[in-house]
Amino acid sequence: MNLLTPKDLNEVLELRQNHPNYTVLAGGTDVCALMNGGFIKPEGLINIWGIGELAEISEDEDHIYIGALTTHTKIVESDLVQKYIPVLAKACQQIGARQIQNRGTIGGNVMNASPAGDTLPVLLAYDVDVEASSIKSSRWIPFTKFYTGYRKTALKESEIVTRFRIKKPETAEKADFIKLGARKAQAVSKIMACFRLRLEGDKISSFHAAFGSVAAIPVRLSKTEAFLKGKKLTSDIIDKASNIAKSEVKPIDDVRSTGEYRKHVTGVLIGRFLNNIGARYIK
Amino acid sequence: MKNEKRNININNIKITVEAEATARFIDVLREDLRLTGTKEGCGEGECGACSIIINGEAVNSCLILFGQLVDGDSIITVEGLAKDKKLNKLQESFIENGAVHCGACIPGMLMSTTALLMKNPKPNEDEVKDAIAGNLCRCTGYGKIVKAIKDVI
Repeated sequence: MNLLTPKDLNEVLELRQNHPNYTVLAGGTDVCALMNGGFIKPEGLINIWGIGELAEISEDEDHIYIGALTTHTKIVESDLVQKYIPVLAKACQQIGARQIQNRGTIGGNVMNASPAGDTLPVLLAYDVDVEASSIKSSRWIPFTKFYTGYRKTALKESEIVTRFRIKKPETAEKADFIKLGARKAQAVSKIMACFRLRLEGDKISSFHAAFGSVAAIPVRLSKTEAFLKGKKLTSDIIDKASNIAKSEVKPIDDVRSTGEYRKHVTGVLIGRFLNNIGARYIK
Repeated sequence: MKNEKRNININNIKITVEAEATARFIDVLREDLRLTGTKEGCGEGECGACSIIINGEAVNSCLILFGQLVDGDSIITVEGLAKDKKLNKLQESFIENGAVHCGACIPGMLMSTTALLMKNPKPNEDEVKDAIAGNLCRCTGYGKIVKAIKDVI
């Protein structure tokens, strides 16, 4: 097996163009673990670790940009992330343990494309755009269209993910990320969710709910979101929203949990989030 | 199979290491450099036995390929903790507290703790537990390990 170590982003993209079958190796927390276990045998590797251009966090007036090679630790330590999208830091803090957070990257989490990827519900709830770059051009893909099926992405063979673009929230909102696993550290999630809610007076003006590990790809609960728009947060409405949420997901049984449990907990997590908001902010 | 060279600093010694680019760094440490203090447990990033410090951060050396090292990387393994053949305070505290049972997890525990103390010299108990959450001890010795760490803070 060949490992190619490019010097800069341009060389990365050239190698990608010339070796479409090679696996891109970032922090290695998934790729190396899968190779060590004999689950994958890449034809070759393009090692992007150390390409500084891919590990920057920046902002313009309306957006923040996170380089694909930014580690989970660097995301947690970023003032921009803490200011505009603190729930992303909350998700990164719950991935694996320190050793994994220090090496694993957000681009790697996205490209590993596991339905249990912890950052994915956050990126989905925030309508993030993914920058896909090739040696010829680059384009932005909405995260809602990024996964085309189980572990399949909209990326072309010649492209790699280079950045994520996140719109700065315009008005105040309540948001949270919740992960359930067998233990606090090193657990692949049974289920995780990211919620965002905005209020106008005592009514909900917008609600986003994104879940991981309840389908082949991370999903938004569009029926629950639509139901809650314009509603007051009463206990009756919260119960109804929980039931709609449960009916919207079709999770499977696997080694970590059962479909039945995941369905039930989908309703519980939505209810818990809304009840907390209701208790705290609505008189 | 291509050999590559990296100029790195291991335990305060500058050396040029030549190895296969696709070799796991834990194997280069143990077999080429004979730094066998770093242990392999699971080989998949779960147990933390192979933890070392690269540029101030704890990482699993079983998940890093030699070719991913960058010239100038500064690496600390468990062999780098003792000075002049004398164990450091943290190591002594593990012994005094009986925190070492079978011992297989201890090099990793020491490295995760050292990385924490480099960033945060006065961590609280939750921060200590968070720092070693990726290090499994199957002798269930966590109580004494946490006590040993708290004693040096």
